[in-house]
Amino acid sequence: MSNILAIAQKEIKSYFVSPIAYALLGIYALICGWFSLIAIANFIEMSQMQQGAADLNGYVIAPVIANAGVLSLFLAPMITMRLFAEEKRMGTIELLITSPITDLEIILGKWLGAMGMYCAMLLIKLLCLSFVFIFGNPDYRPLLTAYLGMFLQGGALLSIGMFVSNTTRNQIVAGTVMFGLSLLMWTFDWATTFKSDGWAKVISYLSLTSHFNSFSRGVLDSKDAIYFISVILLGMFLTARSLESLRWRS
Amino acid sequence: MIKVEGVSKRYARFTAVDNVSFEVEKGQIVGFLGPNGAGKTTTMRMLTCFLPPSEGKASVAGFDVLEQPMEVKKRIGYLPETPPLYPEMEVGEYLQFAGKLKRLSGADLAKRIDEVAQKTNVGDVLKKLIVKLSKGYRQRVGLAQALLHNPEVLILDEPTSGLDPKQILETRQLIKGLAGDHTIILSTHILPEVEQTCERVVIISKGKLVATDTVENLTNRMRGSESIGVEIEGDVAGCREKLEKVDGVKKVVVREDKNGRGYFEIESSEGKNIRADVARAVVQGGFNLTELKAVGMSLEDVFLQLTSTEAKEEKEEAK
Repeated sequence: MSNILAIAQKEIKSYFVSPIAYALLGIYALICGWFSLIAIANFIEMSQMQQGAADLNGYVIAPVIANAGVLSLFLAPMITMRLFAEEKRMGTIELLITSPITDLEIILGKWLGAMGMYCAMLLIKLLCLSFVFIFGNPDYRPLLTAYLGMFLQGGALLSIGMFVSNTTRNQIVAGTVMFGLSLLMWTFDWATTFKSDGWAKVISYLSLTSHFNSFSRGVLDSKDAIYFISVILLGMFLTARSLESLRWRS
Repeated sequence: MIKVEGVSKRYARFTAVDNVSFEVEKGQIVGFLGPNGAGKTTTMRMLTCFLPPSEGKASVAGFDVLEQPMEVKKRIGYLPETPPLYPEMEVGEYLQFAGKLKRLSGADLAKRIDEVAQKTNVGDVLKKLIVKLSKGYRQRVGLAQALLHNPEVLILDEPTSGLDPKQILETRQLIKGLAGDHTIILSTHILPEVEQTCERVVIISKGKLVATDTVENLTNRMRGSESIGVEIEGDVAGCREKLEKVDGVKKVVVREDKNGRGYFEIESSEGKNIRADVARAVVQGGFNLTELKAVGMSLEDVFLQLTSTEAKEEKEEAK
């Protein structure tokens, strides 16, 4: 356990001693601020039309969360691309693999480190939304559900990204491939636009969007949670396999 | 301590290590010698469980590298060719991290860091960022990392490459000092290094084991013909002529010719003892004989001879 934490800690630190963390957090803050601004303007207009306060949760919190979900799709590859690719390029992977720790410990440590970075981004978003709580009185429970959703969705993206990063020693390749994959996973639900049964339904089920949307609306469905947890486990399993194959092929 | 039996490593298109066997006893320093690309690194990687062998068995301290890698890893300190360092870390922080990977913690880890930092002489840079260190310091930090968990076996891949002469000497001293407590395999393509630091040599070339023996035996074994060194006073060129006429002398090389003082290296034909005849020839020729000694073949000659005979054989096979 302590070496999992040692690896996680090392990962988080390496984000924050390089400009990566600040670039990610800065961009995230900027865009979340912009999303919040638009949502609040929309809320004000609706309130004037209704001649009474509109639903804060529905008009501000839910759209901001939903948009931010798309944003993490763009930023997750930036978090994961270096995870293994950098170690391979610098040769430090030899230290990890020849140390008396298991592959699982390496993988969990790396994933937790990436999650640490991702959670820092989620905190920034909380800062944007805190204004709604200061000046209004929305229900906080949907926000909790939404945060759980973002946490799970981020975990799934980072897990897959970690696998991609383990397949190459080039960070740019890892980032690009992961970005393509996450975009694809995001748009899988488009399959149902022209066919609503059979394989289209299966592909659509694999989409990140459909599972995330219910979370962002404040609905907690175990089906969605299980989906994300399975993707997290799948990513880790693939990483473990490719870490192993690294030894067999190299 | 280390046992390698018929180990091979094959890739899709070539064989990096081909049926190599050797043993290393506890407390020994073994030099792993071979030209670049001979398979030294691959063999070391198999011993450290970084790569699995395609064939054969390798074990460290009685534990098989394939079946009980965790036990092997606990007992091995490994310094890869490029020290595995994180440039953005401070040296002390890096050693902390490496120590945790090796399952050390708390006061125990702090104590070990102090000890290895002193041994490898990196105590004064503990607060420095690794990216700012010179090559010599990086190598030593890498070595410190390998020593952290006080492993029984040390595997060092070219530990002195890229160091300046003073650092090379220091590193060799350090490695020599570690023998006894640790069993050490070090790879190198620098021959004097093996002669100076190692007790045994394992020579490989193109993935194949060429020879394994003690440094002394190896140089003796290769000395089929006798080589003697002769120092004289007098006319060097004249003396050379006389020496070349001696029965059984194959070759006379003038090593030094200064102020009426000369030094020759004389090689005999196989199986002939020429010392007495050479001495007589010098004295009867009116020169002063000031020194006469046997000259062993240097490991460098042995190495070249071993690796080049193989190349010759291959050429003949090709014909």
